[in-house]
Amino acid sequence: MIEPSDVVAALEAAGFTHLVWIPDSSLGTWDRSLSQSRLAPLRVTREGEAIGLAAGLILGGARPLVAIQCTGFFEAGDAVRNVVHDLHLPLKLIIGVRSWHAGQKGQSRDNCPHFAEKLVQAWELPATRFDPVGATAAELTAALTGLATKPDSGAILWAE
Amino acid sequence: MMTHRQALEVLARQRRDQVVITTMGSAGIWPHLSDSPRDFHYLPSSMGQAVPLGLGLCLARPGLPVVVLVGDGGLLMNLGCLITAAQFTVPLSILLIDNGLYEVTGGQPVANAGRTDFATIARGAGITRVYSCDTAEAWAAVAAEVLTGPGPVFAWLKVRGELGKATPSPPRPMAEQIARLRAALGLGEPPA
Repeated sequence: MIEPSDVVAALEAAGFTHLVWIPDSSLGTWDRSLSQSRLAPLRVTREGEAIGLAAGLILGGARPLVAIQCTGFFEAGDAVRNVVHDLHLPLKLIIGVRSWHAGQKGQSRDNCPHFAEKLVQAWELPATRFDPVGATAAELTAALTGLATKPDSGAILWAE
Repeated sequence: MMTHRQALEVLARQRRDQVVITTMGSAGIWPHLSDSPRDFHYLPSSMGQAVPLGLGLCLARPGLPVVVLVGDGGLLMNLGCLITAAQFTVPLSILLIDNGLYEVTGGQPVANAGRTDFATIARGAGITRVYSCDTAEAWAAVAAEVLTGPGPVFAWLKVRGELGKATPSPPRPMAEQIARLRAALGLGEPPA
């Protein structure tokens, strides 16, 4: 099981300089650990705004990671399209997939897992899945380092 | 009331080493007034994202002054960006070009055109340095002050709506603009 301190350590090890985010009930558990890290968590009001802010950070030489829930990713579609496919900036995201675990157990009919997969494909955003339940800190560090070092945009679909 | 071009002419006279980010209507005028590597014409764009883009530049390069020219239609799509910007002390000047119209789509009025008090909205978001100007003379009188000192700063520039203009296009392809801007900031290719 990944702890919030593991996430922050992995983000730092991967070389991210800023975390642009809107917390949900899963990503939000990182808040306390983030406040004690050298990462600069940047709080925004809407997910599309997170994408624009990340674009400016990348233009200025920083290495941001955007962490948002899939519902916000759905809202942010045009901003993602613009940054990834017009500006061709290497946008990196963690997209929290709401109800993924409950759906796997047949306990939820939430359509978020279905559309999260569809939407990252629609925006031609290479994505990998990561399930923090049962994963090790080393696996998380490898996943985030892989995301950080790839030359193009990419996302991790974070099972919630 | 001043014209859009008059508003930008004042900016051109007072601009020093700031990065200037333009959107839509301003991107059609600013290239006639400036050709600096620190000009960034955010076209093609995602409407409403120019202020976050400028804020990101400020946060990545502490001390770098950035001016964002945003239209009322664009700002209305992302009013929350004022609240986000107000969290930081950064040399970001947000110049709202308010003509009350969606100019490039044929001049349809924006929601609540002419009744929205953008200065009150900016103050309510937590931005303390807020200016309102509806003539070129008033804008010229405060422009130097707007463009210096701690920010974010918000200047509401009320301009005359003008129809029949061509849809603007940037003077250079986006890839060239990015390379030019990053070189001017002493940076190389965008990081992986």
